[in-house]
Amino acid sequence: MVELTLPRNSTIVEGTQWPKPEGAKRTREFRVYRWSPEDGKNPHMDIYHVDMDDCGPMVLDALLWIKNNVDSTLSLRRSCREGVCGSCAMNIDGMNTLACTKGMDEIDGTVKVYPLPHMPVVKDLVPDLTTFYAQHQSIQPWLQTTTPEPEKEWRQSHEDREKLDGLYECILCACCSTSCPSYWWNGERYLGPAVLLQAQRWIVDSRDEATGERLDNLEDPFRLYRCHTIMNCTQTCPKHLNPAKAIAEIKKKMVERRM
Amino acid sequence: MVDAKMTANRPISPHLQIFRPIITMVMSILHRITGVGLYFGMALFAWWLFAAASGRTDFRFVSALFGSIIGQVILFGFTWALIHHMLGGLRHFVWDLGHGFALKTANAMAWATIIGSVSLTILLWIVGYAVK
Repeated sequence: MVELTLPRNSTIVEGTQWPKPEGAKRTREFRVYRWSPEDGKNPHMDIYHVDMDDCGPMVLDALLWIKNNVDSTLSLRRSCREGVCGSCAMNIDGMNTLACTKGMDEIDGTVKVYPLPHMPVVKDLVPDLTTFYAQHQSIQPWLQTTTPEPEKEWRQSHEDREKLDGLYECILCACCSTSCPSYWWNGERYLGPAVLLQAQRWIVDSRDEATGERLDNLEDPFRLYRCHTIMNCTQTCPKHLNPAKAIAEIKKKMVERRM
Repeated sequence: MVDAKMTANRPISPHLQIFRPIITMVMSILHRITGVGLYFGMALFAWWLFAAASGRTDFRFVSALFGSIIGQVILFGFTWALIHHMLGGLRHFVWDLGHGFALKTANAMAWATIIGSVSLTILLWIVGYAVK
C-alpha cells in the first residue's frame, strides 16, 4: 500500500551531537540514523565528526572510525570491505550503495547515512532482510534438470555462458529492491528487482530445464508486473548491473511464449 | 534469543523522505499524476461535448467558463498532462520492446519527456492563439 509518510514510531527526531575529536585538523560531519530496540525512543539522527587524517577514504572506514573512537554502540553489518559480500548496503547521500566502495570524496558536505529504505529496522543501520531472503528462495535459485546427469559437468557453450554476464555478478545486497517505490508499497507481494534479476539468471541459463515452470511462477500481477520501470534499481546498483533490463527480458519472454 | 518486545515495535526506515529524486523516478511519478489528471480532464472535455450537443445557451456558458483565466489555466494543465502522458507512454513503448535500458539512454529519454512536454504544450497554445 502506498504510504507516503512514516508511521508515528518511525519518524526521525534530532539526536546527540557528539563532540569534535580533539586536535583534529580536517574533520567531516556525519549524520547517522540511530534506533535501538531497548530504549523505547524514536529513531534519531546523531551527529559525529570524523578525523579525516586518522581515517580511510571510504564511508565504511568513517563508520568504523566512529564505532572505534566515539560511540561503540553504533551497529552496522560489514564483512569483506571490498564490495563482494553486500553486507554494508545502506542509504548514503540519498542513494543505496555499499559503504565500503563509496568514497567520501564522492559526497558534498555532510554525509547522511540511513539504513536501506522502507525496511523494518533491527538496530541502527541493520535492516531486517527476512522477507527479501524468503523471496529469493521462492524463485528456486538453483539448477533444475530432468535429463539424466552427465558423467562430468553440465556443459555450456561460450555464447550461452555470456548470457549470464550482468546477472551472475549480483551479490544480493538488496540496494536495488529497497530503492524501488513499487517494492516499498508492495514489498510483500512484489518480488523486487534483485530477486527478479536472480530469476532471469536461471531463466536464461542454457543448462536449466525448468524455464517454463520458472515463468509460470512469475506470471502474476504482483510478483513480476508490479515493476513499472521506475529505474531506481539500475540507478542505484553498486555493481552497475541492470535489474530493470533483466525484468523487461522476463516480461518479453512472457509475451513470446504465448505467440 | 529474539525478544518479542524488541521485534514488535520495529520502525520502518525512511524512504521517499530521504531518497534522491532521480530524473527517471520523478518522470515515473509525473506519469502517474498526469494519468490521474487525464480522468479529470476527460470529464471536462465530455462536459464541453455535452454542452455543444444540448444547445446554444449551455455551450455559451461552458465556453465562457473554459475561456476565463482560471479555465484557461486548467485547460493549459490538461494539455500538458495529455502531452506529457503521451510522451511517457512512448517511452514505455520503447522499453516494452526491450530498448532504452542503458542508464544514459533512460536518463536522456526522461529529460526528453519533460522538456518535450513543456515545449510542445507552449507551442500548441501559441498556435492555438495564433489561429484563433
